[in-house]
Amino acid sequence: MLPSATLLGQSVLSGVFAGALYGLLGLGLTLSWGLLRQINLAHFALVFLGAYLTYQLSSVAGVDPLLTLALVAPAFFVLGALLHWLLARFKVSPLNTLLVTFGFTVIIESLIQWIWSADFRRLESHYAGVKWKLGALFVPLPELLTLAIAAGLALSIWAMLRFTDLGRAMRATAEDAPIAAAFGVNEKLLALLLSGLCAALAAVAGACLALSHTLAPSQIYAWIGVVFAVVMIGGLGNPLGPLVAGIAIGVAEALTMAVTSPAWAPLVSFSLLIAVLLIRPDRF
Amino acid sequence: MRFAVLIAAAAASFAVHAQPAAPLRIGSTLSLTGPLGPTSAIHKVAGDIYIDEVNRRGGLLGRKVEWALKDDQSRPELARTLYEQLVTVDRVDLLNGPYGTASILSAMGVAQRYNKILLHNSFGTPSLARYDLQFPTSGGSGDPENVWPGLVFDALASAPRPPRTIAIVTSKFPSLHFISVGAREAAKKRGLAEVLYLEWEFGNRDFGPIAGRVKDATPDFVWVGATGLDGVLLLDAMKKIEYLPPMHFYMFPAPGPMKKLPEARNALAFTTFEEHPPFTANPRAAEFIQAFHERGAKAGLPDTAVDLQASIAYSTWQVLEAAVNGARSFDDKALAQWLRRNQVDTIMGRLRWEGPFNYVMGQDLYKVKQLQEGKWVVVWPKEFAAPGAKLIAP
Repeated sequence: MLPSATLLGQSVLSGVFAGALYGLLGLGLTLSWGLLRQINLAHFALVFLGAYLTYQLSSVAGVDPLLTLALVAPAFFVLGALLHWLLARFKVSPLNTLLVTFGFTVIIESLIQWIWSADFRRLESHYAGVKWKLGALFVPLPELLTLAIAAGLALSIWAMLRFTDLGRAMRATAEDAPIAAAFGVNEKLLALLLSGLCAALAAVAGACLALSHTLAPSQIYAWIGVVFAVVMIGGLGNPLGPLVAGIAIGVAEALTMAVTSPAWAPLVSFSLLIAVLLIRPDRF
Repeated sequence: MRFAVLIAAAAASFAVHAQPAAPLRIGSTLSLTGPLGPTSAIHKVAGDIYIDEVNRRGGLLGRKVEWALKDDQSRPELARTLYEQLVTVDRVDLLNGPYGTASILSAMGVAQRYNKILLHNSFGTPSLARYDLQFPTSGGSGDPENVWPGLVFDALASAPRPPRTIAIVTSKFPSLHFISVGAREAAKKRGLAEVLYLEWEFGNRDFGPIAGRVKDATPDFVWVGATGLDGVLLLDAMKKIEYLPPMHFYMFPAPGPMKKLPEARNALAFTTFEEHPPFTANPRAAEFIQAFHERGAKAGLPDTAVDLQASIAYSTWQVLEAAVNGARSFDDKALAQWLRRNQVDTIMGRLRWEGPFNYVMGQDLYKVKQLQEGKWVVVWPKEFAAPGAKLIAP
């Protein structure tokens, strides 16, 4: 039986929303990988820690889920800067950052489990029930907010990196740190700032995750594969890349699920990644 | 001099006999952390309650009982190592099973190597249990792929207007998938027209397209072969497109989160026990319920109602106690022999093991429950239905 136009349209929309979340999760990761040369696996754990903090502040203290970011994002900025200071202090190599940050991931997962238990947590917010009808299609507010935030942040960071002195300095440092330093760029300070920014982005992604997903500590690992694919396809250090690649993968996965067996969907992201690696190996 | 020696020997002998018997050590793992953590937490509370109870009664054959519990972190390969440790390093007297098919399979291998009896309560693929000294205590049959779909379809047939079309959507999680495949066969035999069959990989994140396809297929009844969170995620996705199936069944959902979802109203699922008569008529069950509410709250369980998981966990300990008392022994082979020849009354019903590889074929203790007004109640078979409850169907 052929899928209906409504099913296809709703699936595309669902894929766009899923892809926006992939992009938002990948934004901090691509910046730390591309500009700091740190493969920060702890980014996923920070996203979930941010989601749980949003859940806690919102469901217990009654704070609006998005307003929790006023508290959580600055705290995560400091946390991210501290994490970078630690890695720099012990001169951890790029490959070893993968191992060290995996260790942090396990620690943060245990911390989450200790505080909130391994059971599922669900944020009941006033955003959850709001949706609009666009013809035959439904547009839920939490997912739409995620898309808007992901697009807004990706564009802002892209503009910052491209048009501001700070952004140019960050790119120059990533390109050739000694030469950038010769021109007066404070590499250490920039790295701390960038690392803090990546962690703050994890907090934002966490808030969006909490708005639309049920939380469990073990879910941290469910996102790693697809987000890594999104970051690599999008290009390391490119803030717009994860969003574009995320939406492409999200839509491809959703259409695969709508047209063929949903069991084929996980193959999509990695098939695309392999294709990109084969066609454009110079990208990495 | 001789008299003094005799006195000393008598005193020594008295001292030896006066020593309390060494505690009986029962070893097991549970997935206290990792994805199976929420369910294992229920099993831990049930086990703790039992150990306290049995020790208050003087233990087993006069020996206090100690539970050597280790965390397998939801990792079957770690479960194997830990069971090996329990037998060779901790030298426990008896083993109890872990939680979940894969970990039980790991533990079964170790138990087989050391000829230890293994009671287990959450093994989803009976055809893989090929060890003489393993005993299922979940109340399930040896052919759940036939019995469970039959049970659900019997329940549906009792509705004023039984469904005529069915959508079967299922996770590829091993112990769920073959039961959903069994449901396809059973549905065909009963004349239910299959309008959709879908499979997804365990860990799927986006249920939007699956919800869309179910909506497009307009089935009278949806069979969801899901465990844990998948059912909740699918319901969430269906809610977003303003769709609710007329009748829907979820194999082993996370009962707590589902209970909180308004869109899960009238959802069906399996159970072995719910907190209403006739289950609560058993005094031991009533005591267990009270203890579980208190201990579960202290342990931070989000839902302290006794249902499938708590009842199978507690029943396992009841079976172990019955076997030890019946055989008057802690010997693994003697316990196994006793179990094969006897039946044990547990809080969820009478268990027996006279079939191939200690399973019973063609029948079990499972029931169908329905989420009615925010509460799970058994609706089928009728003799186990909550007072006044019947299947709500359009």
